[in-house]
Amino acid sequence: MTMTQSSAAPLLQVSDLAVSFRKDGQWRNVVRDMNFSVTAGETLAIVGESGSGKSVTSMAVMQLLPRVSTRITGKVLFQDRDLLALGEPEMEAVRGNRISMIFQEPMTSLNPVMTIGAQIAEAIRVHRPVSKAEARALALEMMDRVHIPAARSRYDDFPHQFSGGMRQRVMIAAALACKPDLLIADEPTTALDVTIQAQVLDLIKELQADTGMGVIFITHDMGVVAEVADRTLVMYNGDVIESGTTAQIFATPQKTYTRALLSAVPKLGTMGGTPHPLPYPVFDMQTGTMTELPLRGDTLQSDAKPLLEVTGLSKRFEVKSKILKRVVARVHAVEQVGLMLRRGETLSIVGESGCGKSTTGRLLTGLYPSDSGRILLDGRELGKIPANERARDIQMIFQDPYASLNPRLRVGEAITEPLRIHKLVPRKDEAEIAERLLERVGLQAQMADRYPHEFSGGQRQRICVARALVMKPKVIVADEAVSALDVTMKTQVINLMMDLQQEMGLGFVFISHDMAVVERISHKVAVMYLGEVVEMGPRAAIFSNPTHPYTRRLLSAVPVPDPARRGQRSAPPILELRSPLRTSDYRHPVRRYLEVSQGHFVQEPGPEWT
Amino acid sequence: MRKIFSAPSGILLLTMVLGALLAPVLPLQDPLAMDMSGRFAGPSANHWLGQDDYGRDLLSRLVYALRGAILISGSSAVLAAVIGISIGVIAGYVRGFSEMLSLRIMDVILCFPPLLLAMLAATLYGAGPQTLVPVLALVFVPSFTRVAHASVMTVRAMDYVDAVKLMGAPSRRIIFRTILPNVSGPLFVQFSFVVAMSVVLESGLSYLGLGVLPPEPSLGMMIGAARATFLTEPWLLLAPCILLSVLILVLNAFCDHLRHLLDPRRSAGS
Repeated sequence: MTMTQSSAAPLLQVSDLAVSFRKDGQWRNVVRDMNFSVTAGETLAIVGESGSGKSVTSMAVMQLLPRVSTRITGKVLFQDRDLLALGEPEMEAVRGNRISMIFQEPMTSLNPVMTIGAQIAEAIRVHRPVSKAEARALALEMMDRVHIPAARSRYDDFPHQFSGGMRQRVMIAAALACKPDLLIADEPTTALDVTIQAQVLDLIKELQADTGMGVIFITHDMGVVAEVADRTLVMYNGDVIESGTTAQIFATPQKTYTRALLSAVPKLGTMGGTPHPLPYPVFDMQTGTMTELPLRGDTLQSDAKPLLEVTGLSKRFEVKSKILKRVVARVHAVEQVGLMLRRGETLSIVGESGCGKSTTGRLLTGLYPSDSGRILLDGRELGKIPANERARDIQMIFQDPYASLNPRLRVGEAITEPLRIHKLVPRKDEAEIAERLLERVGLQAQMADRYPHEFSGGQRQRICVARALVMKPKVIVADEAVSALDVTMKTQVINLMMDLQQEMGLGFVFISHDMAVVERISHKVAVMYLGEVVEMGPRAAIFSNPTHPYTRRLLSAVPVPDPARRGQRSAPPILELRSPLRTSDYRHPVRRYLEVSQGHFVQEPGPEWT
Repeated sequence: MRKIFSAPSGILLLTMVLGALLAPVLPLQDPLAMDMSGRFAGPSANHWLGQDDYGRDLLSRLVYALRGAILISGSSAVLAAVIGISIGVIAGYVRGFSEMLSLRIMDVILCFPPLLLAMLAATLYGAGPQTLVPVLALVFVPSFTRVAHASVMTVRAMDYVDAVKLMGAPSRRIIFRTILPNVSGPLFVQFSFVVAMSVVLESGLSYLGLGVLPPEPSLGMMIGAARATFLTEPWLLLAPCILLSVLILVLNAFCDHLRHLLDPRRSAGS
């Protein structure tokens, strides 16, 4: 852990920074009056929701914005030189050398046709007059430093052979290869699973302690801020609205927005003894008051017959050889999964990317045919229900609100499309139905005439909810439905889903990797790992008594949004997530499940867990 | 509709197409009537743009040549688009063996240089529009198939296609109502390109005497015929060249404009 060295001269001193973009011939101010400094060894977090200007600030410091359409004013003093006054060649000597940057998406920021080792070595050779062999040695050293297992043998691997977390390690290795004085990390863990996120955060802290570099950490995740930052800057709509030490910001936030941001952070363990799901408190941005919603009765209708009953569900994807098309291996995406959902119940499926939770969701809705197993939807076998009736039973909400609405349909038409497909209502009634649903999901009726691109992510997701509702389904599968949303939007959409459940007795299958949200919304939780359910039971049992080693690992990796409790979270050991890719003659072991308490089942952990 | 033809390219194209289609009813001279006494005559009250080497009215021949170019390349492009897009969309949507087969057939067609293929067909089946249209269509089918196939592959992976499937929509509806509108942008660009390309190819073939048969006027043939007298009568060569270039430019500009209008992301906002 590093201390704020207030006496030392700042490494980076930004004063009166303002950034404007030109769009359609007009200059639009996107960042105003930025003032901050970072000293060596210090971590400054810049937090804010999308569009707040936090990334633009870092791009301005690095001079990465297109010069023709950008106007930057103010001063950016780095080691007593004004970066804004430097020309492009001088800036190139600073970038990647004295100041490095890592980005959100490790998939797109690595060159896919260059080996991992060569990319790190290249970062060194750009700035240091070293030979190829020396660069290789230095690159290998960096790979060891960022804990890439078996660095020597993986030097010549390509990015696609690495998992997301490992790729981010490669990015960090390349960024830190020249031992920069300042690291700018722009949402470096947002695209990663919690366990991987915990490891990457620890890695950055460890390297910072070794080298004494300053770190600017750009994020929207208050949990991450609490974990890493010495000081915090809160941005809203291009303005810095609050700054101070992280402890101050968390303990006594001065501004309404900061309080909203903090209260909106899903936290683990907020449920106490509440027996059933709880909506999020509503935060009023104008008055700054937080209203807890009244407790309501449980929506679960436990006596009703199950809406969804799944037994022995399996799905394998075949990997075929290039020429002869023989099956050489199979991905066991979903293996022997059994689930049950009743009216008014929310069943969450959690796990890391690649664990088969999304595939399970697609099997449940019939988007993928299953290889074996039975899915009973309201007592009928899924495969035997005609498409038009199935649409009335089960619907889906997708993760990416930008990909799940047809860009060529007005949202009113998009919402009522199912009605047109099955000719359920006369054409003239459609508009009214669309308007009513838009109002029901918290939008305005006159928005029906607009196209999806005119809406924000949160609004689009509401439109998707409206579209899922138009057929009055009994079950909705929500596949990471709120993962791509900003925190305030996230809580609103979750509350909306809970309201609708209350009103219509919907059953939700909520697929998510966000444990804090899952704790709030679920009746039941199923934990998936490598295609199998390793633990399943009532929400309270899973969170208070996680029994399978994997569940424990998942829960312990969730960042705690409280700087006072920093360091209490233990990062799980570095472990490549194993893959469910098996040889073609692989026979799946017979698993045994133990009933820990009533309804709480745990798979007997295999030898790999001991 | 008003928006589509309000752009300069739209107005020009509309004028050209209307002029070409209405040529028979316009008060034009007979493009085939020769007048040996008026050979190479300059502009006059009767012949606004002058007369050619057989004393035929240049303006009338240009309009009729334009009519031929538009009809032939337009119909071959439409034919190529219908066939090519159908194959491409089905291949991209159905996948599997049919996809492999149809794409490989397209690759085979692409192996032949277009001009060579057209010359071969014209030699075998005789010159004239009845050969020209199917040959030009055949030459341009693969380009539509490829663009359609690639676009469908991108669009079908989008969540909104899965969403429509979950609504219980039949495949036909998914293809026509969800996928096709979303792949129309690149296809319009392709269409403009193909119309322009077939105008060029048609005039090239006519220039070689394998396209439109004399005495019917065609831009390529007029250019070919004016070669001999270029030094003394450059206007006879320049006029069809200019018209050909303007037609191709206008076609390209118009299709860009159309694509722009059809994209909801651009038309709505600002």
